Amino acid sequence: MVDNAAVQDMTDVMTKFTAYIGKRLPTDVKSKLAELRGNEKNEMANVIYDSMAENQDAADKLNRPSCQDTGVIQYFVSVGSKFPLLGELEAILRDATLGATKLGPLRHNAVEAFDEKNTGSNTGSRIPWLDWEIMPGEDSATIEVYMAGGGCTLPGASTVLMPGQGYEGVVDFVFDVITSRGVNACPPLLVGVGVSTAAETAARLSKKAILRSVGSHHPNPKAAKMETLLEEGLNELGIGPQGLTGSSSVMGVNIESSARHPSTIGVAVSTGCWAHRRGRIKFNSDLTYEILSHEGVVL
Amino acid sequence: MKKILTTPIKDEDLLDLNIGDIVYLTGRLVTCRDVAHRRLIEQGRSLPVELKGGAIFHAGPIVRQDENGEFEMVSIGPTTSMRMEKFEKAFIKETGVKLVIGKGGMGPETAEGCAEYKAVHAVFPGGCAVLAATKVEEIEGAEWQDLGMPETMWINRVKEFGPLIISIDTKGNNLFEENKKRFNARRGPITEKIKAQVGFIS
Repeated sequence: MVDNAAVQDMTDVMTKFTAYIGKRLPTDVKSKLAELRGNEKNEMANVIYDSMAENQDAADKLNRPSCQDTGVIQYFVSVGSKFPLLGELEAILRDATLGATKLGPLRHNAVEAFDEKNTGSNTGSRIPWLDWEIMPGEDSATIEVYMAGGGCTLPGASTVLMPGQGYEGVVDFVFDVITSRGVNACPPLLVGVGVSTAAETAARLSKKAILRSVGSHHPNPKAAKMETLLEEGLNELGIGPQGLTGSSSVMGVNIESSARHPSTIGVAVSTGCWAHRRGRIKFNSDLTYEILSHEGVVL
Repeated sequence: MKKILTTPIKDEDLLDLNIGDIVYLTGRLVTCRDVAHRRLIEQGRSLPVELKGGAIFHAGPIVRQDENGEFEMVSIGPTTSMRMEKFEKAFIKETGVKLVIGKGGMGPETAEGCAEYKAVHAVFPGGCAVLAATKVEEIEGAEWQDLGMPETMWINRVKEFGPLIISIDTKGNNLFEENKKRFNARRGPITEKIKAQVGFIS
């Protein structure tokens, strides 16, 4: 039997949390930006870092979305097979999106394909977008909320390389994407790279990669080394905040991978802008919750 | 000292500006993005707002309406200007707009338009939407509301709106194109160095 009060409770928390992440950046992103700002030598870059800091202060004080593009709402759900509201989660997250759109307020960003009409509610066919991972036997649920803004979604790209192109081809692909479209996507970016078997599996992993903390590393030492090499290499380009040149280009490079077909290397890039708005929340089976991405939050 | 442009902007206000200069805007700033450009240029519809000597902002804001129907600017940051590249030269010619504000660079056609019709493109730092909203004194009008909140042409009275970094000047110089050349020149040696260390298939 569905516990309606529990559904309402979880909907309320997710509504408030979804609205909240549009206003304040997660702790890892905030500290990385402070570090980059501290190391910046370029005068114009410093003017931009100052504007960013002023903006985040104003958003906090005025309790407003820090960027007008509050994105298409995406939820990445890792849910235990024994979580009591497993069957209700989809409806809960849809209602949370509707609620957060009014509460934020969030910009209306769901345009129905082919009809080309903005639904005005941030909900539409398959939107909010849900990504599921089931954890066998567990009874908790961890939900990652991501606001996919247009600017930092535009560079997204995926392809399938031939094995002869190797990881060297992955390097070229990442640099192609970042030096062409990444420049306009509000750097310093968090770059997610998926290395996998096909176009769509790599694409999904590249998005999962930018949900990982800034500064975290892939468990495989070779992949971790490649993360560091790409990060240092992209920083050497000196793209700077807003692509106007500066001492760095990225907040980091995160790689996620899977096994692949021997004949293919699927590779994809997703980017998060400097205002990388994501939040992670964990619900226990009794619906008590803990916010993992932001420090000191009261919803 | 802050360099402030005031609408209506005249050609001579812009001729001394160079790429990389920082300016601010006082006066009227109209949001104008994908569909408004398409309606004027592709569909030949006339714009509901006079833009001669004016300033447009590639932006889709969050606006709140109170119980009396008054609009309040909540959050208004720039959107990716490159999406309007296809239309901007013709748009500058048709409207006589002088200042185009957005995010990231624009391409060679806009640069041609800026040189031919004496206009500039400037960048407002992306993502700084609340900072921008605090520079909007009043929303004076809203045209083409049928397009939804992001695409409506919001007519704003702004005061010292900025920082605006000139990315294309009236000589047609293009800051982002120059930066891209610089990034591409650096790129080869960097990627070669990385590739030498990722030969994992053996």
